[in-house]
Amino acid sequence: MSTSADPTGVPRGNGLSGLLCTGLSALLFVWFLTLAPQIADGASLRYVIEWVPSLGISLSFLLDGLSLTFALLISGIGALVFLYSNTYLAGHPQFDRFMLFLFSFMLSMLGLVLADNLIALFVFWELTTITSYLLIGFGHETAKGRRSALQALFVTGAGALALLAGFILLGMTMGTFELSEILARGDELKAHAYYIPILLLILAGTFTKSAQFPFHFWLPNAMAAPTPVSAFLHSATMVKAGVYLMARLHPGMSGTDMWMWTLTIFGAVTAVAASIFALRQTDLKQALAYTTLMALGTLMLFLGQQSSYAITAFATFLIVHSLYKAALFLVVGCIDHATGTREADVLGGLGRVMPFTAIAAALAALSMAGFPPFLGFIGKELKYAGALGVASEPLFVVGAVLLANALMFAVAGVVAFRPFWRKAGGALPKTPHEAPWPMLAGPVILAVLGTVFGIYPDLLERSLVAPTVASLLGEIEDAKELKLWAGVNMPLLLSIVTVVSGAIIYAVHRQARTMLERMDAATPSFDAGWDRFLDGFKALAAWQTGVIQSGVLRKYMFVTFVTVLVGMGGTMMARGLGLTVPDFSDATGQSVALVLMILGGALLATLTSSRIAAMAALGVVGIAVAMVFIVFSAPDVAITQLLVETLVVVLVAVALLRLPTLDSGGRHWRPWDALLALGVGTVVTLTLLAVLATPLDRRLTDYFEITSWPEAFGRNIVNVILVDFRALDTFGEIAVVVIAALSAYALLRTTTTKGQGK
Amino acid sequence: MNSVILRAGTRYLTGLLLIFSVYMLLRGHNEPGGGFIGGLIGSTGFVLFAVACGTADARRALRVDPQSIAMVGLGLALLSGLFAAFFGDDLFTGQWLFLGATETEKGLPISTVLAFDIGVYLVVFGSVLTLVFAMEEEI
Repeated sequence: MSTSADPTGVPRGNGLSGLLCTGLSALLFVWFLTLAPQIADGASLRYVIEWVPSLGISLSFLLDGLSLTFALLISGIGALVFLYSNTYLAGHPQFDRFMLFLFSFMLSMLGLVLADNLIALFVFWELTTITSYLLIGFGHETAKGRRSALQALFVTGAGALALLAGFILLGMTMGTFELSEILARGDELKAHAYYIPILLLILAGTFTKSAQFPFHFWLPNAMAAPTPVSAFLHSATMVKAGVYLMARLHPGMSGTDMWMWTLTIFGAVTAVAASIFALRQTDLKQALAYTTLMALGTLMLFLGQQSSYAITAFATFLIVHSLYKAALFLVVGCIDHATGTREADVLGGLGRVMPFTAIAAALAALSMAGFPPFLGFIGKELKYAGALGVASEPLFVVGAVLLANALMFAVAGVVAFRPFWRKAGGALPKTPHEAPWPMLAGPVILAVLGTVFGIYPDLLERSLVAPTVASLLGEIEDAKELKLWAGVNMPLLLSIVTVVSGAIIYAVHRQARTMLERMDAATPSFDAGWDRFLDGFKALAAWQTGVIQSGVLRKYMFVTFVTVLVGMGGTMMARGLGLTVPDFSDATGQSVALVLMILGGALLATLTSSRIAAMAALGVVGIAVAMVFIVFSAPDVAITQLLVETLVVVLVAVALLRLPTLDSGGRHWRPWDALLALGVGTVVTLTLLAVLATPLDRRLTDYFEITSWPEAFGRNIVNVILVDFRALDTFGEIAVVVIAALSAYALLRTTTTKGQGK
Repeated sequence: MNSVILRAGTRYLTGLLLIFSVYMLLRGHNEPGGGFIGGLIGSTGFVLFAVACGTADARRALRVDPQSIAMVGLGLALLSGLFAAFFGDDLFTGQWLFLGATETEKGLPISTVLAFDIGVYLVVFGSVLTLVFAMEEEI
């Protein structure tokens, strides 16, 4: 790797971060493992920390069969991936950063699958989105890396917003955010009028996260991340978050036509389309990415069903897929590391040089292809049994599963057979060597597990599959048995058909690839569509900014005051406020003089064509208003007003030097301005009269007058309110003052530097 | 503006305005005044200085960037609000200490409320000068 040494040229050690992360994840895995017997006995553990009790938000965690399965996969594969990365990224200048991102991701993912509160779950959900963004963009020096990271962030982030809306709607409908309480009242939820909107919003979140068609395009791009990340996030864990959530909601929300059809159709389309795309890829990692899509589609498809066969198939395939897919990704990482390329057509003959990698790859691939005695075979049998038991249209489902499985068989051959046992198609960039043991540990352990569980399926069934099925269907007895030999039956026949057709596809896959490439070029690409969508979005933003932000102060003022007029006037007309005719009988000469001053100043300001005269006239208005405050004994307000008037005069005097003469080119606006001014004036006057019509509410005034001295030790009520009773408001205000001053400063500075620069 | 009389007068006026602004700030809790008004008066003093002697001299006399003064003020106000947390009170609850209080005498009151008001003073002072100096220099 070109980035494997720091600028000084001396390779650095990895420090402790890699070992620390490996150790911690291994500890977590062991801890979850010790809890497994309890869960297998049908217990579920719940742990609650109050977070925002007033809003019904708590950090509650639930460990049952489903979350335990996920937690074990996350921490177990996590530990192996950390060990692997420690060597794979050895000496990378940003190694510690990578470890931090990856470990944060793992903790977020564990939080996600353990959370029992909708809001807590959402927070963890978004944390995985963000950490995934950072990991995909780990190679941020390349434009491709940045684009892929942003694409994943936008697609999953947009879905997450819909998900949040769905969660809030769900929480408000059911009166609680606790998942276990909501799911216990599933019938009530399914009968509710909001069921369909809630389901649609949640589907938008899970389909984007789990890359279901038509949001599938971000996942293959996410392979820009380092290979351990792809193995961990984009095959074994994060992309399964959507699947996890649908499984979690299964007991409470499944069973409706809407649920069944959406999941079945989208799942089937994703599975078939993805396996066809997979065959088209020459990059091994891309091919694996598409088979991951296929797996996600299949999992969704089975979650659409209710039968215990389908759910057992879901639980088994979930585990099978994580085991073999993570192993294969790590194998591809080993190949890449050893040879410097991932091109299927170039690679070959590695079996002799990398025997252990080859064995791990073979075991994982045989499981993926569905040969006995591997766990993949049992998974495939169960998938067929589940598909045959589908309530409606079993033929459609069986057909989709069969096609996807046959294509998977072929892809398994391309990824794990050809590079090792066929002749090389070209010169390799590097002389290959066997991967070091930390990089072999992961693939070998995962592949061997797939074999062991295949030979002793009981182990897996009792510990994980049955409890998972129980958390979806409620009854532990519902789980179907995992068997290698179930007699000659329909699933076995289908398996034979799969192997035969898969072998045929593998034999012709090169010709098929050229054909697919031609087909692909003819059909519109979703990835390019994404670019067009973004371009359109930017154009829209630019257009609307141009319309709204014209840069002409007069327009801004006009819009602001029109809003005031319409808002206040409209409210008044709609409400029909009562007005009083004010009583002028006790008007003194003093107040008449002040009113005349204000009127005179205002008139002069509107009529004069000299800027200085207008400024002075406004000053007259301001000072007259300050005098009104003095007359009504509000000295603080009056002083402030006077000082502000003074400063405004200084500021305007400075600005005057550069401003154009008053009203140049704006003559034709003046009648409109006059009309608007009159309108706003009238509405404000009417509002004030309406305020006077209701008796003054003195409760607050009285409160402050009474408590100001004894409680806040101050006699100046205005100041006591500012700095004590309403200190938080004042803090907000002074923050605004600072922001405004700094923004003005920045604006003034930018304009001049630009001017000087040219 | 080049006026010898204004320049000569400003030297005294600025000082007086600054003293007066502090006076207004400190009496604010019981008499008309307070951080807002004090800050405005104090900044008026420096605005006058800037008009009479130029912003370069005014900046030199001030020694610190006005932006920093505003930020320090904001920080002080925030800290005085957070201080209440040490006593288990809600945010921005005033904390009082009466130095040398006896049975009959109240003593000298020291409070977070005063610190908050000083923060307000600095924010207003710094913000106004940031704005005025920038306008004077850039336009």
